[in-house]
Amino acid sequence: MRLLGRCGALALALASLMLATPVLAQGKGPAGIIGEPHDWQIGLQPGYSPVMRDINWLNNDIVIPIIGVISLLVAALLVFVLWRFNAARNPIPSRLTHNAPLEVAWTVLPALVLVGMAIPSFRLVFFENKTNDPYMTLNVTGHQWYWEYGYPDQGNLDFMSNYIPQNELKPGQLRLLSVNHPLVLPVGENIRILETSGDVIHSFFVPSLGVQRYAIPGQTIETWVRIDRPGTYYGECNQICGIGHHEMPIEVQAVPLQQFLAWAKLAKQQMAENGSVPPVSAVAAAGSGDGTAGVATAKVAELAYHPAARPDKGD
Amino acid sequence: MSMAAFQGHAEEHVHHDHKPGFFRRWLCSTNHKDIGTLYLIFACCGGLFAGVLSLLMRWQLMYPNHHSFLADGQTWNAVITAHGLIMIFFTVMPGLIGGFGNWFVPMMIGAPDMAFPRLNNISFWLLVPAICLVLAGLFTPPGAGIGWTLYPPLSEATYQPGLPVDFTLFALHLAGISSLLGAINFITTIFNMRAPGMTMHKMPLFVWSILVTAFLLLLSIPVLAGAITMLITDRLFGTGFFNPQLGGDPVLFQHLFWFFGHPEVYIMILPAFGIISTVIATFSKKPIFGYLGMVYAMVAIGVVGFAVWAHHMFISGISVDTRAYFMAATLVIAVPTGIKVFSWIATMWGGSIEMKTPMLFAVGFIFLFTIGGVTGVVLANASIDQVLHNTYYVVAHFHYVLSLGAVFGIFAGFYYWIGKMSGHQYPEYWGKVHFWLMFIGVNLTFFPMHFLGAAGMPRRYPDYPNAFAGWNFVSSVGAYISGLSLLVFLYVVYRTFTSKEHVADNYWGEGATTLEWALSSPPPFHTFEELPRIG
Repeated sequence: MRLLGRCGALALALASLMLATPVLAQGKGPAGIIGEPHDWQIGLQPGYSPVMRDINWLNNDIVIPIIGVISLLVAALLVFVLWRFNAARNPIPSRLTHNAPLEVAWTVLPALVLVGMAIPSFRLVFFENKTNDPYMTLNVTGHQWYWEYGYPDQGNLDFMSNYIPQNELKPGQLRLLSVNHPLVLPVGENIRILETSGDVIHSFFVPSLGVQRYAIPGQTIETWVRIDRPGTYYGECNQICGIGHHEMPIEVQAVPLQQFLAWAKLAKQQMAENGSVPPVSAVAAAGSGDGTAGVATAKVAELAYHPAARPDKGD
Repeated sequence: MSMAAFQGHAEEHVHHDHKPGFFRRWLCSTNHKDIGTLYLIFACCGGLFAGVLSLLMRWQLMYPNHHSFLADGQTWNAVITAHGLIMIFFTVMPGLIGGFGNWFVPMMIGAPDMAFPRLNNISFWLLVPAICLVLAGLFTPPGAGIGWTLYPPLSEATYQPGLPVDFTLFALHLAGISSLLGAINFITTIFNMRAPGMTMHKMPLFVWSILVTAFLLLLSIPVLAGAITMLITDRLFGTGFFNPQLGGDPVLFQHLFWFFGHPEVYIMILPAFGIISTVIATFSKKPIFGYLGMVYAMVAIGVVGFAVWAHHMFISGISVDTRAYFMAATLVIAVPTGIKVFSWIATMWGGSIEMKTPMLFAVGFIFLFTIGGVTGVVLANASIDQVLHNTYYVVAHFHYVLSLGAVFGIFAGFYYWIGKMSGHQYPEYWGKVHFWLMFIGVNLTFFPMHFLGAAGMPRRYPDYPNAFAGWNFVSSVGAYISGLSLLVFLYVVYRTFTSKEHVADNYWGEGATTLEWALSSPPPFHTFEELPRIG
């Protein structure tokens, strides 16, 4: 554990170095952060939501140092005792079997340490619970073996998200992480997530955003997220759900609000016309001027022109 | 029945140590030592089979995109289910409770046998059809791919139709009845059959550990039985206890399962605590430090262990106040656990320590159990568990307390008592080789799993994104080293049983003070026909 603590700090330092300059997204995703696991990673994924940043802080700065010190203490005591009280060095054993002050100390001190750790942890538990001021709601439905995303505030836009089989992967896409229709969300807004399932229990788990709840049939379970920065964030189904448990990953593409609204509008339109879901790259980020094709760019310009776009959530 | 067996019966009255013939002795046994031996052999077979399953699993996970015969999700899920169930119900429990418990609880309290010898016999023999049913669940296509947690709706007939899951559920019923009868037997024996002068507060800690374990079994197994009965009627008779379309609730099953499941983890670790206390005291040549604290720490762990179950369900949508309560209650368990660890170290303090193989396993246990314990504290934080739940971090945590904790306890007990049980001593050199190979192997297997879990690798995956490849490879290499250590263990067993040397009554010397050391090695077929008097 002590090793984990030390290595965790090292990993975090490395990760923050790597992420100091925004990495260009792979594949068709938006530019920005990529929230994904790395080769030989030893700590938590860096956090890109308030919840995950707090989880990283609580784990890396409070809990890991505490358990690291305790593990080191036990290891050091064991080594010392085995060396000092070895039969060769200490042939006559003592008969010491009681020491009330010591016994009280090793009961009370750990309890105090636990209380000290629990205080910030309780605060975080309540913070993680839900958002009181959601900008929009996202419906997540687990199915064997794909995810369904519904946007009730964007005209009930609804689509399925399947993993990409190995022989269809394009360069830059990640095996068992990339999907055909990523979940598109706006950055900087509180998003209420309501989960349920169409069959068995699944778990909607995006580590770098600190999001995880089971999707359970017959129940609606609430959680929330606010994504700090544009980028792509990967997650996976995290509750055994049958043959394809490992083949229903989650890919979140977070974009600025205006781009999200433009995408939602275009997606609604395309879904009505031919049932297809456009990639978020079909609409350019407002003002980025990266010359994405005609219709989409026009839509972004139109939305950017109407400040009222935000309150009506693009419905 | 053979003639020899019949004669054996006739002669029992004249010569009390004459053993009955093979059939009567081993298939109709009412002798706690013979039944203990049967349990130990059974646990050894179960452990080797489930160990082979883990090696196959590590082989499949050694590389990403590995297309072995386990790559199919259903086959994979069936294998992980069988691995978990066999390790828990058919390795650790029969080894620690049925094996060492049967052998040494009556001897340590100065009783001639268990209170209900025939109940003892059926407790063991129910395990045989039970493991056959688990194996049927594994080998009947397509296999019971539900995980040892059995969560519906995945385990309902809609999603896992056919016989395999039914086999598995009935296996748990049989194993549950076996444990329940065993628990009743232990409680009655310990309460009623202590030798004169053996008061409760003079009982060896191993006996205390089995007593607390028996109460946990008695109170938790019926809840599991209720849950799986409801699951069976859901599957076979159209009820809908866990089916939301029929007014049921999948989360109800999780509550029932973990009301059993959490005490179950203490059922597996408490007897190991008892063995470790015995071994540490013997090889430090000192009485255990803080005996009463140790006893009531175990009782406290048992009691609080019943009030923490929903920490397995932080992600199941239980309310935020429920999460806060279960987090607090779970953290409380760290206190009595800490008392045990510090008392073990204090027992060694000032001692005259001999590092024989049982002591190596006991010291290894303390350190590894501490690591498993502190990662338990991490997971107890509902706040952090939001990103660690169901990841490999959890797999690492519970293998540190079980695979390295309970199993090290079993090996400590084996090396400590094999001379007493068989009359032949194990080869010390090969015992130490076994320890070091296993210590390196299991740490290499399970420590990197913390990293995989923290990075977000979910459990129960037959294949994983490429970024997880590095640590999975290291973990698989560790598993192969652990597998090699088991071969060394089998060689130790072979050497022990082919040894010509006989050991003395008390071959560990002044440190070994419990009653079994006053008996010959191996003890006579019937012990304490005249009750010893404890001063």
